[in-house]
Amino acid sequence: MSAAAPAAQNSPAPDYLHDGSGIASWLLTRDHKRIAIMFYVLIVTFLFLGGIFALVLRTELLTPERTIIDATTYNRMFTMHGVTMVWLFMIPAIPNIFGNFVLPPMLGAKDLAFPRLNLASLYVYAIGAIVVLAGMVAGGADTGWTFYVPYSAETKTAVAPVVAGIFILGFSSIFTAINFIATVHTLRAEGISWMRMPLFAWGIYATSIIMLLATPVLALVLVLVAIDHLFGFGVFNPAIGGDPVLFQHLFWFYSHPAVYIMVLPAMGVISEVVPTFAHRRPASYTAIAISSLGIAFVGFLSWGHHLFVAGMSELDAGIFGGLSMFVAIFSAIKVFAWTGTLYKGSIAFRTPLLYFFGFLFLFIFGGMTGVAVATQGLDVHWHDTYFIVAHFHFIMVGGTITAFLAAAHYWFPKMFGRMYSERVGLLASAAVFIGFFFTFFPQFLLGNLGMPRRYYAYPAHFQFLNVLSTGGAWLLGSAMLLALGNLVVALKYGKPATANPWHSRSYEWLSASPPITHNFEETPVIRRDPYCYVLSEHESRERSFPPSETAA
Amino acid sequence: MNGHRLAEQFSTFAKQDHAARLGMWGFLGSEVTLFGGLFALYAAYRAMYGHEFVAAVGHNNLAIGTINTLILLTSSFTVALTVWAARAARSKLIAPLLGLTILLGCVFLLLKGIEWSQHFHQGILPGLHYRNREMQEFGAKVFFTLYFIMTGLHAIHVVIGIAVLGWFAVQAGRRLYTPEHHVTLEMATLYWHLVDIVWIFLWPAFYLMRG
Repeated sequence: MSAAAPAAQNSPAPDYLHDGSGIASWLLTRDHKRIAIMFYVLIVTFLFLGGIFALVLRTELLTPERTIIDATTYNRMFTMHGVTMVWLFMIPAIPNIFGNFVLPPMLGAKDLAFPRLNLASLYVYAIGAIVVLAGMVAGGADTGWTFYVPYSAETKTAVAPVVAGIFILGFSSIFTAINFIATVHTLRAEGISWMRMPLFAWGIYATSIIMLLATPVLALVLVLVAIDHLFGFGVFNPAIGGDPVLFQHLFWFYSHPAVYIMVLPAMGVISEVVPTFAHRRPASYTAIAISSLGIAFVGFLSWGHHLFVAGMSELDAGIFGGLSMFVAIFSAIKVFAWTGTLYKGSIAFRTPLLYFFGFLFLFIFGGMTGVAVATQGLDVHWHDTYFIVAHFHFIMVGGTITAFLAAAHYWFPKMFGRMYSERVGLLASAAVFIGFFFTFFPQFLLGNLGMPRRYYAYPAHFQFLNVLSTGGAWLLGSAMLLALGNLVVALKYGKPATANPWHSRSYEWLSASPPITHNFEETPVIRRDPYCYVLSEHESRERSFPPSETAA
Repeated sequence: MNGHRLAEQFSTFAKQDHAARLGMWGFLGSEVTLFGGLFALYAAYRAMYGHEFVAAVGHNNLAIGTINTLILLTSSFTVALTVWAARAARSKLIAPLLGLTILLGCVFLLLKGIEWSQHFHQGILPGLHYRNREMQEFGAKVFFTLYFIMTGLHAIHVVIGIAVLGWFAVQAGRRLYTPEHHVTLEMATLYWHLVDIVWIFLWPAFYLMRG
């Protein structure tokens, strides 16, 4: 290691994008950064596929009766929208792209603990995605992304390949989670104690724990559905005494924590973006870090609120409702810490920060309605209506996708060594927010008026709000294309980026843009924290590498 | 060179081994929640169909179940001895001990197969295929469906464990494990212990709780 440093000074090591060329140097790489880029390409492809499904759905709902597709196609389409967005996009998106790329440099490490396992995770993801796609080509399932029995066992549509694909994707999640946990425990550079980790690393760590412990239960319950569907081994089948409600318990034991698999990394991104662009230490590092673990813990104990109308005692409903509200407390701690960070900050109004403002508004809105639906009395009214659809889209799209876009812009210079167009970025960000708001706000009203989710047709007096929602969806889709186009253009035509264009103090910015394959020219030894904005950029850099011995 | 290289991202072997162990324990944790879901189902259905479950447990072959428990416990002992052999620099013993463990695993599967075929002859099959005339209650049908799923999933783990240990036996023939470097062998044995410990819970659930 020490021998490598002088050699690097003579002939600078190539950055990771130019360290080896040809297809094989990518497909067989063990570099976490190249694996992250390959995940990026795949996952964004599925984001747009899921988005196309959504636009077809919204277009169909433009009129009360048939507009462009028939009812069965509609059922398949909303199932495929959910499956694609949840398992092919949202679960892997931030961890596997940005977590993969920035976690090692954030810890001052050269790579993840298990680089080969990381590559395996990519291939397992690709295989799972192909199987899901095969299921879609074979007609797709029409059960909704929740695969509730007994219908999922009886429907003649292609449930088995879709479920099998999701089962395979679960292994990718587990591999990645194991890798991240081991990396955080063993590869922190000298001087990076637990409480000196950047907050994104805390978010990824908490997420990994959920992924590791919840995913097997999903895998199990999907296998149970698949063997019932294929062979009639129905452990939930009422014909042999089975209880379909138990399926819902097991399904939501995974799928409720899965919400936090989606939102904790998003919160991690926000926790990096806000201090960087406010140029200020987080209002409370400890509160943000520990509340991530709090959400991970309570998230395991709140699945029951999905079953309020499926048969549950009032006592159970009260307990599950109360536990669910704890999540709101932990989330509120974060929200106050982020906004407190802005106070008296020296704010640089860049695209990632604008996404944060969108995130803040939408997340609070989604979170507050979440507290409302956690009470049984209100939930009975809103259950299975568009109110719920709007609620979780506010959290997942409003929360996760805005944070995903914030991350895509924030780490873009680091990942590709180029700057995107700030003006177009800001415009796209505003358009995403407006489009999003018009898509989903009317759905709160529709749900409250009693329009059920997943219905193909609706009474004519709901049309006005549905037209608003569809218009918003088109705007949202166009805004996402604009944001993507801006980044793609910048790949080739963007101005070259400096190592630390945002003047952040977080450790990943100590590497070059784009980083070399081993991330750092010399191994960091950190004698400061990642948010020390009282130190000058030069001074914080001095305190990040060992003092050069030759000079002394 | 004994094949144990320090990967470039680690500064010491100690850290590399720590990461490997941590990763393995994480994986075992995920396996625990996998079976945990099934045991939760078992508990829920047992609460629903208490008497019928007791009758169905009574129908299972206690002798085979108990012998299989003894076999798996013995195999856990022999597999644990391989780690002792590596630490004590007696690596010649590793391959035979792994072979013995594999043999015990195969005997376990054989007995399990005999037991399943007895069930099949009595018309005890999973789910909608259940044909038994004596026990017609819902509880019995659910019980045996769970029985086949849980012991089947466990048997799959036994087969995977045998394959893993087989591969390590071949590696052991090449003397790859030393007192300093045997963390991969240790992880393989941990997996086998998981197979064993899951059975320790299946045994009371399907053979012992008859009253």
